Amino acid sequence: MPERITPCPADESFRRELLTVLPHLRAFARGLCGRPDFADDLVQETAIKAWTARERYQAGTNMRAWTFAILRNHYLSELRRSRRQTDLDDGVAERLLIMEADQEAPLHLDDMEHALHQLAPERREAVLLIGASGFSYEEAAGIAGCPVGTMKSRVARARADLARILDSEPQKTIADSRAG
Amino acid sequence: MPGLPPGIEAPPKDGEPGWASGLRKLYNSVVEEPLPDSFQDLLKKLDDSGDA
Repeated sequence: MPERITPCPADESFRRELLTVLPHLRAFARGLCGRPDFADDLVQETAIKAWTARERYQAGTNMRAWTFAILRNHYLSELRRSRRQTDLDDGVAERLLIMEADQEAPLHLDDMEHALHQLAPERREAVLLIGASGFSYEEAAGIAGCPVGTMKSRVARARADLARILDSEPQKTIADSRAG
Repeated sequence: MPGLPPGIEAPPKDGEPGWASGLRKLYNSVVEEPLPDSFQDLLKKLDDSGDA
């Protein structure tokens, strides 16, 4: 039997599952940080971390939730690290980069992305996990390491914020142009 | 059916607000992108580590 030369079947299926979640990790990372290059770095580092820790993954559980949690924790530690390393305000850098990215995206997604990045980080994360990635409240709470009730209220607040931002902005523009 | 002004996706009262589909669209637009070339090294690393 050639069993000993073939890669471990568990590794093989882990790798396959990991590859299928990469596009989702990219979308989540992009939503979290708003910067395509930084997001892709996060995803790659997450994939390596996940691969290294693959023995801790229980086959048949949710690979997406497992890797999202790794990405999220890695993102937070990168943010803390960059705050220590630079005087540049993260928010300013983020806004500048988003404005650059805006130029090539279709208009309505632009507005959406812009609104998303006006949210408080924990609300942005919550609405991405529930509203975009399609996790349950329980799964999202597990990923973010918070109680389910906290996740629910973050999502509710994020939804209210988004509704307010996206509702008020076109009207404000119209009012401004009338005044001008 | 209320007549919506063009370009403004007003939320329907009881259904899903317009931005909710916008958010998913934004997210899915990234999910559907092919992996960029910068991922080639990673994919290769994952392939190689099968032998390790």
